Amino acid sequence: MALVELRDLTKRYQTEAEIISVLEDVDLNIEAGEYLSLMGPSGSGKSTLLNLMAGLDQPDSGTITIDGSEITSLGPNRLADWRANHIGFVFQFYNLLPVLTAFQNVELPLLLTNLSKDERRERVEVALNVVNLSDRMEHYPRQLSGGQEQRVGIARAIVSDPVMILADEPTGDLDAASAEEILTLLERLHSEFNKTVLMVTHDQHAAERAHRKMYLEKGVLHQ
Amino acid sequence: MKHARLVWKNLTRNKRRSILTVLSVGVALFLFAALQSVLTALDATSEVGSESRLITRNATGIVFPLPEAYTQRLRAVDGVEAVSWANWFGGTYIDSRNYFAQFAVDEETFFSMYPEIQIAPAQLDAFNGEKSGTIVGQGLMERFGWSLGQTIVLQGTIFPGDWEFVIRGVYEPDNPSFGDENMYFHYDYLFENSGESATPGWFIVRPSDPNLATEVAARIDGSFENSSDPTQTETEKAFQAGFVTMWGNVGFLVRAIGTAVFFAILLVAANTMMMSSRERINEVAVLKTLGFRDGLLSRLVVAESLAISVVGGVLGLAAASVMLANNEMLGSILPGYTVLPSTMLQGLAIAVVLGLISGFVPAREAARLSVVDALRRVA
Amino acid sequence: MKIPILYNLRSLRARPTATLTTALGMALVVAVFIGMMALSLGFQAALVETGSTENILVLRRGADSELSSGINRDVANAIAALPFVAKDASGKPLISPETFVVVGLERRSGGMANVVIRGVSPEAFDVRTGIRITEGRTFRPGSGEIIVGETLVTRVPNTEIGESLRFAGRDWEVVGHFEAGGSSFESEVWGENELFMPVFRGQVFQTVALRMEDPSAFEGVAETLEADPRLAVDAHLEREFYANQGTLLGDILRFLAVFIAGVMAIGAVFGAVNTMYSAVDSRAPEIGVLLALGFKPRSVMASFVVESMLIALLGGLIGCLIALPINGLVTSTTNWNSFSEVAFAFRVTPTLLVAGIVFALVMGVIGGFLPARRAARRPVVEALREVGS
Repeated sequence: MALVELRDLTKRYQTEAEIISVLEDVDLNIEAGEYLSLMGPSGSGKSTLLNLMAGLDQPDSGTITIDGSEITSLGPNRLADWRANHIGFVFQFYNLLPVLTAFQNVELPLLLTNLSKDERRERVEVALNVVNLSDRMEHYPRQLSGGQEQRVGIARAIVSDPVMILADEPTGDLDAASAEEILTLLERLHSEFNKTVLMVTHDQHAAERAHRKMYLEKGVLHQ
Repeated sequence: MKHARLVWKNLTRNKRRSILTVLSVGVALFLFAALQSVLTALDATSEVGSESRLITRNATGIVFPLPEAYTQRLRAVDGVEAVSWANWFGGTYIDSRNYFAQFAVDEETFFSMYPEIQIAPAQLDAFNGEKSGTIVGQGLMERFGWSLGQTIVLQGTIFPGDWEFVIRGVYEPDNPSFGDENMYFHYDYLFENSGESATPGWFIVRPSDPNLATEVAARIDGSFENSSDPTQTETEKAFQAGFVTMWGNVGFLVRAIGTAVFFAILLVAANTMMMSSRERINEVAVLKTLGFRDGLLSRLVVAESLAISVVGGVLGLAAASVMLANNEMLGSILPGYTVLPSTMLQGLAIAVVLGLISGFVPAREAARLSVVDALRRVA
Repeated sequence: MKIPILYNLRSLRARPTATLTTALGMALVVAVFIGMMALSLGFQAALVETGSTENILVLRRGADSELSSGINRDVANAIAALPFVAKDASGKPLISPETFVVVGLERRSGGMANVVIRGVSPEAFDVRTGIRITEGRTFRPGSGEIIVGETLVTRVPNTEIGESLRFAGRDWEVVGHFEAGGSSFESEVWGENELFMPVFRGQVFQTVALRMEDPSAFEGVAETLEADPRLAVDAHLEREFYANQGTLLGDILRFLAVFIAGVMAIGAVFGAVNTMYSAVDSRAPEIGVLLALGFKPRSVMASFVVESMLIALLGGLIGCLIALPINGLVTSTTNWNSFSEVAFAFRVTPTLLVAGIVFALVMGVIGGFLPARRAARRPVVEALREVGS
């Protein structure tokens, strides 16, 4: 059984005038350890697909099975717990909490676990070490560059050891050099730590780095 | 507790706003304690009256005196152990603003009836040995800078003329709400110098069994029913309580103001919480993405508003207890004015309620927030 | 160059919750202020209007209240014969030697009320011209009839016309109700002095009220009266005498009004400061644009202070609306000078409403000042940069 199985996934939005179909009968299998990219023009439904897989949004029909759980049937609390344990989310605009240090931002997901303070510290240090920011632990987001902020964001995504990393245009707000760093980092997560990574991107070059490329257009997925 | 840091960080992110809100809550609770303690003082005034002493007065009205001959008739009433009497003098010391109460009392019977009035035996003897002697409260001594042995002159308003008194004793009450600003002098002195026109203003009766006070009171009034001056007898406590009600509906006034204060500050606190959380919608969405449950997120919001109002409440109540409790100026205007522990607890409970309510709307918003909408709004 | 007020109004409409909660907080402060002041005003007005500036009230020398005064019949007669006492058409002196006692009467709401029983002469209604019989008629001399002040009727039972009120050991027939312009007379029972005198305090009046022929001559008249060794009396201008009885409590209430509303206002101002800072912060880009367009920092500052004052004005108006219904509400307290209960109505006057709104505006200015200054001092570049982010 594949790690991720999407079956007949359909999502529509109702606007004043018409019903817009965002995703139309999407079927997708992702095996554990894959590194995928998802491209498509604005409004093609990329983010919606990502949100559905993260359990942030509900489909109109179809099923999403990840690591054996069918998540569309989970209630909000079960879904939140499931998300904490299974998904690491990387945002385009990093979305770090400005009032917390890099260390504290990365520690956030661990606050939902039963880990002791020392165990949390150890994990956070490992994660920050992976993204090569051990020397920036006590910095606040505003003291970091965009690329560094995104690396903290990635550390936050991997700290709870999720089965899958979902990255929503992780290089969209970065200059070329920083973007390159982030792509390398994602690749390492895949190759070194054997993480399953799904990256939504606008950037052809970034998409090429993935091992499997998909294209979404008008709600239809081309693999 | 591991989430406390998040709450703390949120509280300190806009320090000025948090501090101002804490102070508003503090001010409100200060006001609450100040007002509530007025009621405490009024209650204390009625509580100071004893249940085991009866006051017999003219049924027509408190301003009508009673004949002195009633003393013997009262003593003869079944169940009466002791009888004393007193009269209101109503004199002015230099200026009518220097108000204090003066009582002409029967020295032989009065002080044994009032153990609340604590006075050195030697001073009591000195007082008894001098016609124009007077015993005054410690508070009065301090207020006017009097000294023992000093002669003071009061202008009579009910009993005309200038009246000289020699301070022979100073008393301390055993309980602050009894008041330490009264003056007592010999009834005979009043009687002789008023052209023998004074008669007792009221009688104080001690029943032999305090539990039978109401029966004795009824018996007294019954025995004077058909006299020229019918009486009205009630426990001293009820008598005092009657005076308190003469101020009017103070309780209602205090409650009305208190309610207005509560809602005014509730609006301030709730508005602050709503402004804060509206500015953080994006962060709430991120936390939800990280797997924070809706319930936890709303509890974090409520914890924040609770922290603000409890800290504010504690500050306000502490200020009240420092500035108002044992405040001599307030104590002399309103004997028994003090901030009770129960008032503090009530205040704290109000602060908690304030925190819960002001956090309610933003907490609900946080829980209901849709991550997809919130993040899209930012993007 | 002024920034149009319309801009502020639109901004306030864009944040309805913050605007309304802040305004409502201020409204409650204003309402408490107006309410307490209305209480103080009502109490003082009741006493001030009791007295006339054309009347003299004569008390025994040294007496500080009607209750403690005592005036013998021959003294009263001597005063009636004095030349400065006004006369009616038939040449009778306008003078009312009065008996004054306070009796305990059962309240409708339970408990006892201390009520003034005033015995007056038949001329009293010409001396005290503000008294008007609203129902029934006045008492007939020698008949044991009484008339009852209107506010007392609502508070004490057995005061309807035709009913009998019992006090001092006998029944008195109520034949009329009277009003006296909201003054404390309306809390009294009036009857004939000659009839009350023996019942209550023996052959002595308490006071003498008289109408002066020439009110402007009060000083001289008072001196003449007080200098007369046969009389041994104090003469008071009637209005001042009653007004003074209300001064102390009125002052206390006014002090409380200012104190309580002042302390509350601190809390409300802090709320306004928060709201205005939030407004300034969230509108940083707009402020930048305004400054870039050439508006002076001073204008920006004025604009934000005006915005804060608009919130306060709204609060003040709502506060007035909250406080208005208490106008005329009757409550009572004790006039400790005469030991009697005085009923009076809360008085919300137009001046008081204006004072309430001014109070609100002051809160608005104080609350808006610091945030507005922050807006004006914001460097244009920094403000504009936030537009891009």
